[in-house]
Amino acid sequence: MDSATVNPQAEHDSAKHHHVSLPQHRHHFETEEQQREAGSFGMWLFLLTEIMFFGGMFFAYLLYRNWYYDAFVAASNTLNVKMGAANTAILITSGFFMALGVWAAEVRKKNLLVLFLILTTVFGCAFLGVKYFEYKEKFELHHVPGNSFDVSQFINPPLNAQGNATRPPLPPDMAQKTQLFFFLYFAMTGMHALHMIIGIVLLFWLMGRAQRGEFTEGYVAPIENFGLYWHFVDIVWIFLFPLLYLINLHPLAH
Amino acid sequence: MKEHDNSILRLPDQATAQVPKKNFITAEDGLMSWLLTGDHKRIAMLYLFSITFFFFIGGAFAGLIRLELLTPMPDLVASDTYNKLFTMHGVIMVFLFLVPSVPATLGNFLIPIMLGARDLAFPKINLLSWYLYIIGGTLTLTALVLGGVDTGWTFTTPLSTHYLNTHVVTTATAIFIAGFSSIFTGLNFIVTIHRMRCPGMTWFRMPLFVWAHYAASILMVLGTPVLAIAIVLVALERTIGIGVFDPTKGGDPLLFQHLFWFYSHPAVYIMILPGMGVISEVISTFSRKRVFGYTAVAFSSVAIALFGFFVWEHHMFIMGVSNYSALVFSLLTMLVAVPSAIKIFNWAFTLQKGSITFETPMLYAFGFMGLFTIGGLTGVFLGSLGMDIQLTETYFIVAHFHFVMVGGMLMAFLSGVHFWWPKMTGRMYPEALSKLAAVVTFIGFNLTFLPQFILGYLGMPRRYHSYPPEFQILNVMSTAGATVLGIGYLMPVIYLAWSLKYGAVAGDNPWQATGLEWQIQSPPLTENFTEIPIMDHEAYDYEWLEHKTAHEVTTVG
Repeated sequence: MDSATVNPQAEHDSAKHHHVSLPQHRHHFETEEQQREAGSFGMWLFLLTEIMFFGGMFFAYLLYRNWYYDAFVAASNTLNVKMGAANTAILITSGFFMALGVWAAEVRKKNLLVLFLILTTVFGCAFLGVKYFEYKEKFELHHVPGNSFDVSQFINPPLNAQGNATRPPLPPDMAQKTQLFFFLYFAMTGMHALHMIIGIVLLFWLMGRAQRGEFTEGYVAPIENFGLYWHFVDIVWIFLFPLLYLINLHPLAH
Repeated sequence: MKEHDNSILRLPDQATAQVPKKNFITAEDGLMSWLLTGDHKRIAMLYLFSITFFFFIGGAFAGLIRLELLTPMPDLVASDTYNKLFTMHGVIMVFLFLVPSVPATLGNFLIPIMLGARDLAFPKINLLSWYLYIIGGTLTLTALVLGGVDTGWTFTTPLSTHYLNTHVVTTATAIFIAGFSSIFTGLNFIVTIHRMRCPGMTWFRMPLFVWAHYAASILMVLGTPVLAIAIVLVALERTIGIGVFDPTKGGDPLLFQHLFWFYSHPAVYIMILPGMGVISEVISTFSRKRVFGYTAVAFSSVAIALFGFFVWEHHMFIMGVSNYSALVFSLLTMLVAVPSAIKIFNWAFTLQKGSITFETPMLYAFGFMGLFTIGGLTGVFLGSLGMDIQLTETYFIVAHFHFVMVGGMLMAFLSGVHFWWPKMTGRMYPEALSKLAAVVTFIGFNLTFLPQFILGYLGMPRRYHSYPPEFQILNVMSTAGATVLGIGYLMPVIYLAWSLKYGAVAGDNPWQATGLEWQIQSPPLTENFTEIPIMDHEAYDYEWLEHKTAHEVTTVG
């Protein structure tokens, strides 16, 4: 039963067990198709739970953004939009290679699959690298919520070359609320980054298995399901980017 | 064949009968064959032992609470110890007993068999669920040993984040992990129900037990992640002071309650829906009738799941929410009573003109119907805005949710355990003793919790360990009842353990029930079915069963 080679015995068995031919077929499933459908349905459901998980933070974001809109605008303006935009492009590229990886597995091209998985990982790591520099900048500006959090920048905004404030100054009370924005920023992008790190660990595991040719003999479910997960992580970022970076890019241009 | 009067029980001839030598229990030997199993039936057994363990720990705390409340003065434990007692009681009973009780044991065991499948869709994830549960349980015990936690099971902010010096983060981590156990169980059930049904098993041929679990699984999958994030935020607020629930930093403590109750109200339906599934099976079997209004009962499960997501704010009426939203949530709360009542009425109509017999599972089921109805109706009292302000945070609310959770869910759990015990173990429990246990439980339960309705109505607040002396008589009744109730719960443990070795051999179908699980041997084979069945009849089709039995007799004889 473990062998995929066709011999009379295997023919007989597969007729009895509805075409059991893949070594990865698990016997409580009647058919391979049932197994594949169950796997991908399970993955979609898991992504649904992920949406609900992030949903709690999006709900908090919605509430506090409505309450403390000015603080959210001011804090959002200190984020590095260029880095954020670059990261969006990097992440979409990574997702693109992941999609190609699923295709490569389906057309059974082993080396191509491994290559695409490596590229997916490289761009994923690049995203985290950019994120590291963004976080570092926040540490230097004392924009990390906690004891060292500093609101002076929001009460007395930095001046530009003409000597004008780069953004409207906030009353101290409202300026305090920027801390909530930065908490949500760190919680949401941090949770997103955590999902990316888990994804990258899984990518290395999948690469090893792909190298052994496990996914290019007709059994593509793990690649397909991981692809769903990776695209989900992309989509979360697609929401995070405008919500966190692009609240109101030009607060003085009214 | 042994004939009983007034019983549908049909046991094989005990002189010759044997439990089948080859079954899922004897399939493999050794501890590791259990700890690394992928078999849903073995995992169900692991769960059954673990939740029973935690039930008695939680029960011990309940016993201490009642003992303290025997007298008006705080003479047994200090006030902060008392706070820890009811917190640990709540945390253990809710997260480690009630949520996994029926789904993880009976559901795990029966859903694949009822659908004609060999296992759940993801056996490894199923085992992972159990390990997550055990890790969560161990962490809870760790928090307990280290000195406990006294936030109440609700972790209300800012009490939990700013004012308490107990093991909140450990307990929160425990609940976070146990939550994922619940998510994976729900996910496994939904995929199994969608993708693993045998040929001919259409949605409307599924037993109502499966429908109830489907609805509960939706709640587990959609609700639990929100609890997870709420718990994460509490832990972060407590450890690094993120400010999201801290009013001094602009945060809103009520946000926590919205997130918490968004899960924890649906969670009560996670707890009760699988119990309702059990009751549908039991009522039908012991009145020999198809469940009246099968479709209505099936859809009412889904309706409860759906409405259940839109009533959470009724836990917060006095917490400073807007009057208009309270009005809307009050109305929505009333709406949940409709599908619940549909179930109760349909079960009542199933009983009507049925050939009712009074075996133990049926006694527990009757207990469920009566007590759940009282629990549900007092829920309507509490859902009404004006009444809620009078009754909330009193013993009335304690009595209300114990009627639903203990009178409802625990009765359903025991009903189900007795009903499927012969299927799970191949042996019968002692009928007379178990009937006594059912009656003792019912009497003990009412003696414990009916006085609490009166206490609450008179104004005795919950969560205090002393009270004015005029409340003592009712409290003594309640504590006496709790003692009786404790005996009622200990009895099944003893005689069920006894029956494992000495119980009568049950045979395949002692109750003459129609479900697919009763058409295979007891205990089942590891692969459940030697050949995947084809479902060619409706659920609860007793004529089909009669025809099949008659056919068997002619071919064998």
